[in-house]
Formats: sequence, C-alpha cells, structure tokens
Amino acid sequence: MNVPAPILEVDRLQVRKGGTLVLDIPSLRLEEGEILSLIGPNGAGKTTLLQALACLIKPSQGELFFKEKIVSSNHGLFQYRRKLAMVFQEPLLFDTTVFENVSSGLKIRGLKRAEIGKKVAENLERFGIPHLVHRSARKISGGEAQRVALARAFATQPEVLFLDEPFASLDPPTRESLIDDLERILRQTGTTTIFATHDRMEALRLSDRVAVMNRGRILQIGPPPEVMNQPLDEFVASFVGVETILTGRVSKKDKGSFLASVMGHEVEAVGEVELGETVVFCIRPENVTLSPSSPKGATSARNVFWGRITKIIPMGLFYKVQLDCGFPLVAYVTARSLEDLALVEGKEVAATFKATSIHVVQKKLVET
Amino acid sequence: MIICLIFIFPSLCGAQKSIILATTTSTQDSGLLDVLIPVFEKKTGYFVKTIAVGSGQAMAMGQKGEADVLLVHSPAAEKKFIAEGYGVNRRLVMHNDYIVVGPAEDPAKIKGMKVSTEAFKKIAGAGALFLSRGDNSGTHSKEKAIWKVSGIKPEGQKWYQETGLGMGQTLNVTSEKKGYTLADRGTYLALRKTLHLDILTKGDALLLNSYHVIEVNPAKWPKVNTTGAKAFVGFMVSKEAQEVTKTFGVDKFGSPLFFPDAGKKEEDLGK
Amino acid sequence: MDLILEGILKAFYLLVTFDSEVMKITLLSLQVSGSATLISLLIGISIGTMVALAEFPGRRFVVSLINTGMGLPPVVVGLFVTIFLWRNGPLGFLGVLYTPTAMIIAQAIIATPIVMGITLAAIQALPKNLRLQILALGATRFQMVWILVKEAKLPLLAGVMAGFGGVISEVGASIMVGGNIKGYSRVLTTATVMETSRGNFDIAIALGIILLLLAYFINLILTNIQQRERPR
Repeated sequence: MNVPAPILEVDRLQVRKGGTLVLDIPSLRLEEGEILSLIGPNGAGKTTLLQALACLIKPSQGELFFKEKIVSSNHGLFQYRRKLAMVFQEPLLFDTTVFENVSSGLKIRGLKRAEIGKKVAENLERFGIPHLVHRSARKISGGEAQRVALARAFATQPEVLFLDEPFASLDPPTRESLIDDLERILRQTGTTTIFATHDRMEALRLSDRVAVMNRGRILQIGPPPEVMNQPLDEFVASFVGVETILTGRVSKKDKGSFLASVMGHEVEAVGEVELGETVVFCIRPENVTLSPSSPKGATSARNVFWGRITKIIPMGLFYKVQLDCGFPLVAYVTARSLEDLALVEGKEVAATFKATSIHVVQKKLVET
Repeated sequence: MIICLIFIFPSLCGAQKSIILATTTSTQDSGLLDVLIPVFEKKTGYFVKTIAVGSGQAMAMGQKGEADVLLVHSPAAEKKFIAEGYGVNRRLVMHNDYIVVGPAEDPAKIKGMKVSTEAFKKIAGAGALFLSRGDNSGTHSKEKAIWKVSGIKPEGQKWYQETGLGMGQTLNVTSEKKGYTLADRGTYLALRKTLHLDILTKGDALLLNSYHVIEVNPAKWPKVNTTGAKAFVGFMVSKEAQEVTKTFGVDKFGSPLFFPDAGKKEEDLGK
Repeated sequence: MDLILEGILKAFYLLVTFDSEVMKITLLSLQVSGSATLISLLIGISIGTMVALAEFPGRRFVVSLINTGMGLPPVVVGLFVTIFLWRNGPLGFLGVLYTPTAMIIAQAIIATPIVMGITLAAIQALPKNLRLQILALGATRFQMVWILVKEAKLPLLAGVMAGFGGVISEVGASIMVGGNIKGYSRVLTTATVMETSRGNFDIAIALGIILLLLAYFINLILTNIQQRERPR
C-alpha cells in the first residue's frame, strides 16, 4: 500500500535571530487533512515555526517541501504563499467594511467581482456573520472580528491553514462558541491545519497530533493521548499536565452518569452524553488511589481496576506511579504510602478513582 | 482630484532672452522700475529679472558674475568695482537726494540746518537716538561718509543703533522709536503718510544721491548676457526713459522723486 | 487697529474685484506650493515607507537624518539652493535661478523631510504583524506596501497638510531663489514682505489675509477627507 505523500515536509529547518538559534527542527511531516497543534510555553518557538512554515520569515538553513516540491525564496515561494492562509491572535482587520476585509485575499489574486461576491457571502455564512457584511471593521466586537479574520482566511480556499493562538484574546464564552464552529468547519472542509496554542484542552479537542515545543525544538509529537499519557521527558510531562487521558465510547447511560468503554474496560463517569458518543476522560493522578488488593466493603468509587506497575518516578515529595490496567493510568503516592504498600515496578495493585473525579471532554465528531 | 489640476507646473520662462538686473531695495521700493521695466521689456523683448538687494550685495553679485547689469547708487564702491575690473560702461542715469529726518520734537535741534555734517555733530552731541541701516547699502555708505567728514565715530555709542534692514523698514523703526536717520527722499515720500518724521536737514552737496548703471564685465564672466546688458544701459540713458523718470511721482507726491541726468558729468550735479 | 480694518476691507475689495495682480500672485502661490507638496508627497511617502519597513545597517542613522530634516531651517535651504543654482554654481547650466521652478525645488526640499518623517512614524505605528498578515493573504511586495499605505492614510494626510502648510507660508527661501520678480516669481508671502518694507501696510495686511484664507480652504478640504475616515 502506498503511503500518501505529506502535504508539507521540513528538512533540517533552522532559524537564527541575531546569532542565536531560535528554531531547530530536524524534520517534520504534515499529512493532508491533518490538524496539528503546537503547544509550549512562551518563547518556545511556536510562532517562529508557524511563520517559517508559511515562508513569512526566511530560515537560516533547511528546506521546505510543499507537495514534494521544494519551496524557497527564488523557487515557487509566491505560488506557495497563495495556497495558504494565516490568522493571528489579533484579527488584524483593515480599516474598511467587513465585506472588503473578507474579499481582500481574493482581490489580491485578481478575482472578478461576481466571483468575489459569491465567495465572501459563502464564508460569512459559514462563520455565522452574514449580517455584518457592510459593517465597518471598527464597529464589531472582538469575537466577531476574529470570525471575520477566519472568514477572510477561508475565502481563498487555502490548502494549508496556519493559526497562531487565534482564540487567546477572546473571553471564554466567545472562545467556546468559536472553537465549536471552527472544529466543525475544519472537519467539513478537511483543511490541513497547524495551530499554536497555550491551551491544552484546545489542542486536545481539535488536533489529530500534538507537538510539544520548548526552546525552538519539538520535544515530542504524536496523537494527544500518546503525548499526554506518555510524555517522553519531565518537561513535556510538566507542560502537558499529568492527567491520564483516555478515549472511550459511551455504552450505557443512566440518570446523569454513564459507562464508557475504554480499551475494553467499562469506566463510569458523570455527564450528559449520547449513546455511542466518543468521550475523552482526564483523570488527575491525585484522584487515583492504590491498594494492594481490592478494597473490601462499600465504597463510593465504582471504578476499581487491577493493573501492573510499569514505572515509579520520584518527584521530590511524592512519587509518580505509572500503571497498566489494560489502559494507562497514573497515580501519585506519598513516600510513606510507597513504603507501606511496598510498591515496586512489576507489582500488581488495585487502582481506584471516583466517577465524579473524571473530567469529561466531549469530542464532537461529524458523522462521516 | 480637481485641486490637482490647479497644481500645474508653471512653465519655465524663456531663460534665453533674459537679463538679471541687480539693484537696490530703495530703487525698487520707489516704484520707478515698475514703470520703466515694462517699457524696456516691450521694446526689446527681453525679460528682466529684477533682483532687489542692498548695493553691497548687488555689487557682490556683479563680482560673481551672477548679474548682467547693475543699477546702484554707491559711487565710492562703484568706482572701486570698475577699478578692479568687474564692471564696464558706467553711465550716470539720475539723481535724487538724501535727507535727514527726525521727530517733530527735534531734541537735537537740527531743523533747518543746511550742512549735514553739522547736523550729525549736533545729534552726536545731544546723544539723540540715531538709526543706521548698517547693511552696506548706498544709503549706509553715504551715512558713513558724512560721519567721517564730521570727524565722529558713532559705532558702539549707546545712541547709535544699526537695524540691518531696508530703507522702508528702517524708517518705520526710526518713526516708532522717535529717532533720527538718513533716508533717500524717494522712500521717505512713499512712506510719509504712515511715518511720524519730518524732513529736518537737506540740500547739502554731500547729500547728493546719484544713480549709475554698470555693465558686468564679460571679460571676467563670459556667461553674462552682454547684449542684454548693453541694451538695458542704452535704454536707461535714452530720452524715453529719462522722460518717464522726470515725471515719475509727480501726481502722487507733488514733486518728482528722481532727476534725470543722462549725459551729464557727475561733477556738474547739484540742486 | 484701524490699519487692520483697512487691511480687511482692502482684502475684500481686491478679492471681489478679482484684482489681476493679486489673482496672479495667489495662483502662483498655489502652483508653486502645490507642485512642491506633490513632489514631496511622492518622494516622502515612498522613501518613508521603504525606510519604515526595511532592515539595513545604518538604519538608525538614516532615521535620525530624516527627523533632523523635518526641522530644516527654510532660509538655510534657500541659501544652499541659491549657491547650487547660481550661474557659476554646479547646476548653473540649468538657468533656473530666479524662476518659479527654483522656488518649487527649494520648497520641495523643505517639505519632503516633513512628509517623510511623518510617513515613517505612521507606518511604524501600524500593528507589527499587519505586514505579515498581508503577505499571508498572498500579496506581492508592491501590493503589501500599497495596502499598508492605505491603512495609514489618516496620519499620512496629516503629513501632507504639514508639508503644504510649511511651504505655502515660507518666505526666506522663496525670496532668495525666486527673486520676488513682479508677475513672475512673486507669491503671497514674498509680496507681503515687499509691501511691508514699502510701507503699504493695507496691501500687506490684505495679502496676509488672502494667504490665511487660502491656507484655511486647502486645509479644510484635506481635513474633511481625513475626518471622514476617522474612527468613531
């Protein structure tokens, strides 16, 4: 079977600013239709990577390939730029009407007025703002402005979409509704997207793969559960947070609580869900209790799983215990407990956590 | 956008058939040139660029070859100019006189005096405010000459102030400050309405103000428009120009501002 | 006091009767200062934008030069232009001294740094990422600069008004390089100086009033354009 060629590929990409190496990416592949998120602290190089991939800044060394063809300043740079779109944290709208803004990319490409009118209407509709068409860009709210920026980006039908923390300056309700809409649109259009964000939950929800960055390097890249549950090093672990993240399908529901099938095991959680719906569970290690045997007697915890300790990592005042219960699970124990329970790698223990302690993320997928 | 239409570049006037006439501000301010020049231009087709500066600067322009012909009234400096080979064909055109003016109160009591040097001595003696043009103009040179003859050194004295301004403005300053000054009759008459100054001393031979035209020497500066300069000089001493000069100012001021002298010798001049 | 009143009446009279001399002088003022402003617009906005967007060694030095140029004493400009345009000067062969062309040159030299400096500041004040956003929309270099200039049009218009204001009211350089020749290189400012030194105060005041009116109307038009686009 032929592996489809990546839509974007990078080889030994480096960017230097004033002599300092600020970006060092030996290789990166982006598949067509994929949504990749970049997470990392401020100054990690997320923006630099996005701008280098969009050819808005010139790398000090390295090569970029779009659909297997090389892109450089004297080689197809311009044609490549016209196939992508970028949205920044600030909407950066032009001082004119919403219509003029959304049509700017199309005007730049020299499209005819009729064409432009059609595409603008389409995209305003898509982002739920057709009523703003003749409004001045100065007279709309922050959320509306960001929608206009997105409509402007989509109007040119980009093959790759770059988003640099596009929701960061919005207030929570505005952000929520926009993420909802964007997620739906991205799935519908199948647009290859790379976006940078601070918010792990955003990355979790929207992306097919997550790349954790620090100091200009990608430390780990993979599907969200992999990166979040199996961080390769301390930094990644501390950045992604140490919850266990599991994906499951709702198998049974009953009065506000439900059961989801996670890798063959039934886990109970609380929330309003539909049968068959895919959910993501985040379980904080503080909420996982270990015991050498099944807890006897009634407890309010319904989730009791046997598992084998795969790794014990000292974390200063406590220990992090990684388990394999048929699905990965992480627990924290004090040094005292470690001793008392005689926990060692390879030992079998019972892990317990309350249904109410699970943070449920509903991953809304479009019916395919 | 309509506005832009007004901003058409004004066309370059025929630089070929033009001459640069360097003259003094008092000559221009009298208004005589406003009458004479158009006649000349119409007659010969030359375009005259009249640059009015002080006599000193006019002759400096001549020295640099930046003018074609001069019309000035600073005889001593003119003679030096000719002697140093910068000018040729110096011809007497007209004369008028200088007058000593001052406030009606006349604190130095020079009214009616007939000798300018005596009047100056009295002004110095009384320590009365005297305004000098201080700009190396013809008037300034004349003033310095009078001080010299009267044996007084006014520079640096408290009552002696130098304006560095043209004649008209110096008269205004003098009027405001109620001082004395030396002025040419023409400018004084033109401004008389707004000045609070009276003519106090006049008629002295020393106060004679003669005007000459001088061609800038083409030998020194080949770029000068010699033909044009010659035409101008010829015009200024012509009967036609002299007639205009004779009658200029009569209807406005009651007496002529200038007395035509073409053809006469300088020594023969007098009132 | 009545002198001013006389002046106002004289101004009214001259305007209403379309006094030919005054009309000629006024038209020339507009032509000379208008042309100079136009030149300063073209050079000032293009170079100002270039410097604002480019990175190059010595950029700070160039910026400080431009800022100094904004305060260039017009009289000094006049002096240097005269020396260059003299018959025996390096550009003497052009034969433009004591012509309106020389006045346009001098005024353009005075106005250009003003427009340049304000353009530089205006473009630099635009959001940092705006340039990248425009490039990401697929714009060519030229399209990008054009869009940026349009975005900065409010302060840019102010710059043009500053440039125009600076030269319509200029007198020192205009007299030096123009010669104040009647019907040829005499403009409102130089004529005012001359009439004052002649003692014709009423005419001088009248010319002054006409100059003020002219400057006011031009700026009224430009201000209208600018304020129409003002964020409310």
